[in-house]
Amino acid sequence: MLIAIGSLTIMGIVLGGLLGAAARFLAVEENPLEEELKAMLPGSQCGQCGYVGCSQYAAALAKGEAQVTLCTPGGKAVIEALAKKLGVTADLSEHEEKVPEYAFIYEDLCIGCTRCIRECSTDAILGANKLMHTIIIDVCHGCAKCVKVCPTDAIVMVPVRVTLANWHWPKPEEHTQFKPEVGHAH
Amino acid sequence: MKLFPIRGGVHPEYRKEQTSEKAIVAMPMPRLLYIPLQQHVGAPAEVLVAGGDLVKKGQMIARSQGTISASQHAPTSGRIVSVTDVAAPHPSGLPQTTIIIEPDGKDEWADLPEPVADPFAADLQVIRDRVAQAGVVGLGGAVFPAAVKLNLGTQYKIEILLINGAECEPYITCDDRVMREYADEVIDGARIVARVMGAPRVVVGIELNKPQAIEIMTKAAAPFAEVEVVGVPALYPMGYAHELILAITGRETPAGKRTAEVGVVAYNVATVRAVHQAVRFGRPLISRVVTVSGGAIREPKNVLTPIGARVADLIEFCGGFSAPPARLVNGGPMMGEPLPSLEVPVVKGTAGILALTAEETNTQAASPCIRCGSCVTICPAGLSPVEMAAFIRKDNLEAAARLGVMDCVSCGSCSWVCPSHIPLVHYFNYAKGALNKQERERRKNERVKILAEVRVIRVEKAAEAKRAAMAARKPATAATPAADAPPGNAGQANTSSTAEEKTNA
Repeated sequence: MLIAIGSLTIMGIVLGGLLGAAARFLAVEENPLEEELKAMLPGSQCGQCGYVGCSQYAAALAKGEAQVTLCTPGGKAVIEALAKKLGVTADLSEHEEKVPEYAFIYEDLCIGCTRCIRECSTDAILGANKLMHTIIIDVCHGCAKCVKVCPTDAIVMVPVRVTLANWHWPKPEEHTQFKPEVGHAH
Repeated sequence: MKLFPIRGGVHPEYRKEQTSEKAIVAMPMPRLLYIPLQQHVGAPAEVLVAGGDLVKKGQMIARSQGTISASQHAPTSGRIVSVTDVAAPHPSGLPQTTIIIEPDGKDEWADLPEPVADPFAADLQVIRDRVAQAGVVGLGGAVFPAAVKLNLGTQYKIEILLINGAECEPYITCDDRVMREYADEVIDGARIVARVMGAPRVVVGIELNKPQAIEIMTKAAAPFAEVEVVGVPALYPMGYAHELILAITGRETPAGKRTAEVGVVAYNVATVRAVHQAVRFGRPLISRVVTVSGGAIREPKNVLTPIGARVADLIEFCGGFSAPPARLVNGGPMMGEPLPSLEVPVVKGTAGILALTAEETNTQAASPCIRCGSCVTICPAGLSPVEMAAFIRKDNLEAAARLGVMDCVSCGSCSWVCPSHIPLVHYFNYAKGALNKQERERRKNERVKILAEVRVIRVEKAAEAKRAAMAARKPATAATPAADAPPGNAGQANTSSTAEEKTNA
């Protein structure tokens, strides 16, 4: 009896000590979670979450300092992916799912100041100093940073049009209106 | 010939007798024709005409662009009214760019390309080009450009060219009539395609519920040793190429792969007839046979319809409605899609137009799944509809994708067989669309990410270069302050950025 208790105690102390030492000396410097979270974010560095870029937001998420609901361009899909990864429940009640949008420049209002061009993180705006600017729709990811800097309010966000190429069948309506009959107690 | 057992399948009432004995009749040229630029899988054709132009019959009015595309031709001579957006024959009814032609009634042919004198001696590329030029697409419903499919012969070793005459959709009889009335042209087209593909054998598969077609086609194929006509059991969806190939060769096409992987390529009977027309006569695909049927049509017919005729004109030619239609279907009752209106045009992929009465449609409300497993038994793709639908209902598309929802061919057998009338195939159509959309978004996000990264690198490099230039200029500026104005755009960019830095500060 005493031998059993003694040997297990010694084993516990030795192994525990080993684990403690390993944690101290073999520690991974960078949080691998941060990298994984960064890969999930859109990576367009739009800054709408309030952090400078996607890496900073990922770092804050990994430390548990930030909400998972802050990424606007990522939408519901990214929120859900982040929540699943971090094992938290995302509060989607506040979240308004936006329809995909792209920026549109009213070319007669554009004065060619190039401010939006410098702001655009994906080079989706074509133009030059004192020349009209226009948006390359395929590359615009709808972060709306250009809208904020335009001095003449020439940029608006418009929803991406539904065409034959991107239309798909809607989800069927709930197909059973069946309600189980509540049995009468006798 | 020994046949192999196939997977699943159902036996819907065929209801083909309404039109199967009606010979193909040509409809008169309608007042206006509407030719959409996209009637095929791939990129829309590039328009070559403008409002006011005069065109001749068979003249190319839109050219194929990109690797997968098909050209469009004028179905008759006349004047181009305009090129504008018109509702598409698509369940969404969304507009697409369409060329509107006003026929002049003369029906004058344009100068067609020279017929290929002997397609069995000509250069293969000549035949491929001719088929591409004629804008031939798969007329069985998939509307895949036929010329692109011909190239499969260069990538794979094709052992059998399968000519699909199964026509398993109820009501539809256009392929049946084409086989009965133009058997020689179908066989000739099939032999031309087989030669281009390098396929040593041609097998024509026809469902046994079309005995006359089998007889006539067998007679037409008799002089050619390499061509064989096979009757296959009448079982829906026998016309699904993977099923037909399984029945005839016993080879199963792997999920998500082409049938060419197992050495077989399938062409519809009407498609090979169009190839015959293109190669032997230089004629483009400007008309097709459409079955107009259903209980609400006064005189059901098989109509040779110019591409671009409105559905309303076609139905009028068939005597109009004898009863108010409960449902208008583009295609067959199993896989067809609802027509958004009667104003949409007939396109290359339109095999049938059905006007169904209330008795012919299923209007029963859905009730809960009783887990009978019928849908699993009949699924020709070997899927488990009951499970997939349950996941999709709860918005778990990833789970449905893992179960193979993308391999669903939307044949509708599961919806048909379901004793609880659950709209199973609707769930799968939705899921496939939503998953494709997710995939498109994922690809776009990846692209955006790369662009953003490249931009960061570029901006850093530019800043680095600027710092270096400043450092190099400092001693010089101290010596001669007058030489500080750098010429051109660089100077402007500099000043504007410093101005912005100031405002930011």
